[in-house]
Amino acid sequence: MSVEVAHEAHGHHPTLHHQFEDLEQQNDSYVVGMWTFLVTEIMFFGGLFLAYTVFRHSNPEVFADAGHKYLDWHKGSFNTVVLLSSSLSMALAVYSAQKANRGAQLLFLGITVLCSFIFLGVKYLEWSAEFREFHLPGPGFRYVTDAHIDTAKAQIFFCLYFAMTGLHALHVIIGILIMSVIGFMIVARKPCVQYYMPVEMTGLYWHFVDIVWIFLFPLFYLIPKNG
Amino acid sequence: MSDAAIPPGILIERESANRPNYLNWSHTVKDWLLTSDHKRIAILYLISITFMFGLGGIAAMAIRAELVLPHGHLMESETYNKVFTMHGVVMIFFFLVPSIPATLGNFVLPLMIGARDLAFPRLNLLSWYLYTIGGVISLGAMICGGVDAGWTFYTPYSSIYSNSNISVTLLGLFIAGFSSITTGINFIVTIHKMRAPGLTWMRLPLFVWAHYATSVIIVLGTPVVAVTLGLVLTERLLHIGIFDPAIGGDPILFQHMFWFYSHPAVYIMILPSMGIISEVVACFCRKRVFGYSFVCGSTLAIAGFGFMVWGHHMFITGQSVYTGMIFSALTFIVAVPSAIKVFNWTATIYKGEVVFSAPMIYALGFIGLFTIGGLTGLYCASLTVDVHINMTYFIVAHFHYVMVGGATLGYLAGLHFWWPKMTGRMYPEGWAKLSAGLVFVGFNLTFFPQFILGWLGMPRRYHYYPVEFQTWHVLSTAGATVLAVSYIIPIIYFIWSLKYGEKVGPNPWGAAGLEWTISSPPLPHNFDNLPTVTWEAYNYEVPHADEEVDHSGGIVGDEQPSH
Repeated sequence: MSVEVAHEAHGHHPTLHHQFEDLEQQNDSYVVGMWTFLVTEIMFFGGLFLAYTVFRHSNPEVFADAGHKYLDWHKGSFNTVVLLSSSLSMALAVYSAQKANRGAQLLFLGITVLCSFIFLGVKYLEWSAEFREFHLPGPGFRYVTDAHIDTAKAQIFFCLYFAMTGLHALHVIIGILIMSVIGFMIVARKPCVQYYMPVEMTGLYWHFVDIVWIFLFPLFYLIPKNG
Repeated sequence: MSDAAIPPGILIERESANRPNYLNWSHTVKDWLLTSDHKRIAILYLISITFMFGLGGIAAMAIRAELVLPHGHLMESETYNKVFTMHGVVMIFFFLVPSIPATLGNFVLPLMIGARDLAFPRLNLLSWYLYTIGGVISLGAMICGGVDAGWTFYTPYSSIYSNSNISVTLLGLFIAGFSSITTGINFIVTIHKMRAPGLTWMRLPLFVWAHYATSVIIVLGTPVVAVTLGLVLTERLLHIGIFDPAIGGDPILFQHMFWFYSHPAVYIMILPSMGIISEVVACFCRKRVFGYSFVCGSTLAIAGFGFMVWGHHMFITGQSVYTGMIFSALTFIVAVPSAIKVFNWTATIYKGEVVFSAPMIYALGFIGLFTIGGLTGLYCASLTVDVHINMTYFIVAHFHYVMVGGATLGYLAGLHFWWPKMTGRMYPEGWAKLSAGLVFVGFNLTFFPQFILGWLGMPRRYHYYPVEFQTWHVLSTAGATVLAVSYIIPIIYFIWSLKYGEKVGPNPWGAAGLEWTISSPPLPHNFDNLPTVTWEAYNYEVPHADEEVDHSGGIVGDEQPSH
């Protein structure tokens, strides 16, 4: 006999999609898919990290000068703490989802979203300060320093700073949208969030966004003064 | 082909002929445009890709028409630049990269592994929409104004100096890149998690292996080119860029990041084609693919080494000689797994019961032309020779032998091979053989003269040339005309066969593989009961096992010995 009727469970679980045989296969597929997606995200940021490496290697003194003079490590550290806290609350949200605890899920998702908004708020203050100092790359770019460096090349530092923190902020905004949608679906008792997988996948994404910041923070704010 | 010629196979007749299949269970536009069925999405992709192929082909014919005369009477230099850019962009990003994975892969891959659909059907639909949106944006920009930077978009020309519609085109390419990424993720998850019981990795058809390797390249490479093109875009629009030397940027860094994707992208285009050739050769030689495990290994090796050779596009950029030597050596290494494949196909054909059907003729053409393309690749990989032939027609001929002679012939072989499965009807065999022969003749006539032109020093992307090159250019244009005819014939008879083609059963070729065990065209959910696989791929040489027909949809048969 080379045929098995192997899909008795088919269609029994309300969140099981037709292409899967059982929930285990479906969950495994979600997990593998999410991790594969995160690999593409790593490669996406990877191009920018490569560029950072190249230009910091060729202009160490410019990067040290710009990073120290114009980026405030206090704000950066504060944001790091905020984002790490959001990671904790996201982990707790996933835990509550697995325990099917609706109230706790909503509470922790809410805390995560709140932390994200605080992060973006601080980022807004930092960026607007840079705009006021004429550090936005382009024809109006100006850079004042008493160090003996090629000030024309300071633009590349700010190009990378805006590109990398900008792309990261975009990911934070997407995260806020996903978490809000899932939160509203939990409030509305939609069937697809009766199950913990959507929250768990959001968690994986959110931890990735945090890890990217964990790399961005030292690379821009904590450059050693002597290059 | 008579049933008597079909050896082991898993041929079954069923009462499914009257059941609604994936094509006719509904006819509304909504059910097509919002479908999550991988087979319907494959058809949507097939239509869009054929349209793009036509546009790219028109641009190619315009180039060839222009080059008949040495002083370019047909168009201005600026127009010529825009036309060859359009040819490159459309053919690479909108035809070759998605061609096989998004159409044949999408259609056949779930059938081959005994799945009801890809792991993420809605993501699959999103992929087609991203492709379409990206295509409309890029095409719109290229037609309404044009782009003159070449498909490689080298900085600083593309980021600072060019006044053509680069930003909008790049936006379209950026979006289309994500359609590629979603397909890659979908295939990886599907191959890992959706295989039928008993279908182990070493029982997978080589087409599946090829798509796995392709998907890995897509997942690792495409995001890098997306961010690179994105940086050119932000440089043009927001002055946030890193490729402008005036502010300390590095235009060569663009080439590194671009080729980090775009060299492996060559393998995105050729590996699925190689997978098709393995299927077709095994089927029409009635043999197991010689050295199956080596072909699997070489597929992964090509994908792996493919990421370490991008510097061979940059021998003349002034990169370190030692860097060049390492890239050159690594490029030679890629020839080894490629040669393993060619040897294994040849060994499969050796002493096989070869049936010269249209797909097989395409496949034989592939093997010959790919070998020429691969061997001339070694000329280009040699440092000193490359300094002479870089940016000449030699390079153009080389990559067309791989991309057209390889990837496109493989695509056509696969399209003919699975056409009866996709539509339930057979194409006219005589016309198909004729066009397969014409492709081979027309292709060689088009591109072989370009090797000679390049060797004599004709630079690529120029339309003014010394008069002594004219004979070769005229030959090439004559070949291109034959080639164009040989592409138009299949389009006509494929459409003709939709209505008038002979109806076929589940397995017209007597081929092995799960996709041939279900009705043609397949039911909307593919399999009534998911099969359990107890045999290896390509079990053509196994003595005919006793089989019964299971009207519930599956196959009842004795277990076939694996060897």
